[in-house]
Amino acid sequence: MSEQKKNSYPKPKLVPVPSTNIIPDRDVDKRPILECRHLGIDFGGLTAVDDFNMAIGRTEIAGLIGPNGAGKTTVFNLLTKVYQPTRGTVMIDGRDTAGKNTVQVSHMGVARTFQNIRLFGNLSVEDNVKIGLHNQMRYGALTGILRLPGYWKEEKVAHERALELLSIFDMQDMANHQAGSLPYGAQRRLEIVRALATNPSLLLLDEPAAGMNPSETAELMNNIRKIRDTFQIAIMLIEHDMNLVMGVCEGICVLNFGRIIAKGAPDDIQANPAVIEAYLGKQKEA
Amino acid sequence: MGLNTRQKTRCIALLIFLNHLLNGISLGSVYAIIALGYTMVYGIAKMLNFAHGDVIMVGAYICFFAVSSFSLPPVIGVLLAMALCTVLGMVIERLAYKPLRQATSLAVLITAIGVSYFLQNGAQLLWTSNIKMFPSFFSSQPIELFGGELKVSVAAVVTVAACIVIMLALTWFTGRTKMGKAMRACSEDKSAAQLMGINVDATISMTFAIGSALAAIAGVLFCSVYPTLTPTTGSMPGIKAFTAAVFGGIGSIPGALLGGVLLGVIEIFAGAYISTQMSNAIVFAVLIVVLLVRPTGLLGKQIREKV
Repeated sequence: MSEQKKNSYPKPKLVPVPSTNIIPDRDVDKRPILECRHLGIDFGGLTAVDDFNMAIGRTEIAGLIGPNGAGKTTVFNLLTKVYQPTRGTVMIDGRDTAGKNTVQVSHMGVARTFQNIRLFGNLSVEDNVKIGLHNQMRYGALTGILRLPGYWKEEKVAHERALELLSIFDMQDMANHQAGSLPYGAQRRLEIVRALATNPSLLLLDEPAAGMNPSETAELMNNIRKIRDTFQIAIMLIEHDMNLVMGVCEGICVLNFGRIIAKGAPDDIQANPAVIEAYLGKQKEA
Repeated sequence: MGLNTRQKTRCIALLIFLNHLLNGISLGSVYAIIALGYTMVYGIAKMLNFAHGDVIMVGAYICFFAVSSFSLPPVIGVLLAMALCTVLGMVIERLAYKPLRQATSLAVLITAIGVSYFLQNGAQLLWTSNIKMFPSFFSSQPIELFGGELKVSVAAVVTVAACIVIMLALTWFTGRTKMGKAMRACSEDKSAAQLMGINVDATISMTFAIGSALAAIAGVLFCSVYPTLTPTTGSMPGIKAFTAAVFGGIGSIPGALLGGVLLGVIEIFAGAYISTQMSNAIVFAVLIVVLLVRPTGLLGKQIREKV
């Protein structure tokens, strides 16, 4: 909404870009949790993402879709500062992230999961979650070495919190298992729990349903809604499973060749000819 | 007692064997403490800190001057050496290694060798290359076992005890505290750890701090047994401890203990029963054989390559 005023930036030709942002009604009056303006990055001569404008409401579930190589994961890497953007700004909760690094952005409330699972495989399930809780634990190195009371108190709180978070996915019984030995689906769920442990206000899920069967995907859909309702946070997901995206997302952003070609509610996206041509149409051909 | 000559000879041979074994374990414990510094830094920063051996030497010098020149009690001397070496380790990491975080491992390796020479020559400049006789902190009266037949030096007992305490404390620290978990997370996947909000630079810095504090302890223990202190004192135990770390499986804390103790025992036995001159050669020959059979070291993890 706020972006309407400043759309003087040249739009890509031929493709209609809906200028309104995709914020659900209940979040309209509040400051968006994420706001990207003209975000772009070049790798050498290649422009991977360009003129990426988007705002996400405080409790919105947003989807980022697009054909392979469209730049979806690059957008996530820009949001988490794995890459520094060449152009444009990223605002988290109204604060500019220019010059911030990955750790600082994580402290600002952005957490993510990975397309290819990146758990700490040799650590236990509980320890993986505690890594996420790391920043909320305050005791210093000396307290830890000497096992002062502060250590016991905080570790106890962390232990309880870790089990509480694991219970979202009914994983509390697996707390002592080695993370790398869990079945695939459980590893995906643990990654989400670990990201939630960092106490984010924006959760980025990179292909959460990859490799899941339809019943697991249906369960994941419910869990994504459950996480949003329980934690009252915004979730943005990259996904190829259209059932999941259309079923759970309130706003969808379609990316092709690094540019946004459509934004809107699931129904609009499904009916959008540019999207069908760039994305769904190609899938039918294959 | 009614022992005949043959039995007596056997008894004496056994006691000598035990004596060598204890000396080997004691020397090996020092190697193990030093090897921890190598193995932890390798595990987390994925680099070989060849300056680690020279931090041992600096620690020994600090303790030496604290006790000899300022006549401080030995315990204060050790604590002072630990504190200053901690700072030294962190400064080395900050100035020499951190700017090379994205560089090739070869560049970092060469820098580490450079830092090693810098410390040696710096020590030579500051404290001259004259041999300093490290004072003995421990009673020269050995502990007598089996009615005085088996003599164990106090230094050896203290060394082994220190090694055990350090091992237990470190295992507990890496397993149970948030910093330890952050260290393990960093050793597995730095960028994922960063995305979880862990400050990787601070974690690496802390690893250097712990390793260097341990190096100071090792320096004092080593010089209590071999009291000639020169600017190059640290290089040989440094190399041996690095060997011990590789022997046990670099990156593994129990591996450093196992590798260190085995290396110490092999070295003492080779010197006692085969040839004193050849002892180092035998140690390294054993290392080569072990690495041929188990390239990742005794307790090293087999790295699974994704196909």
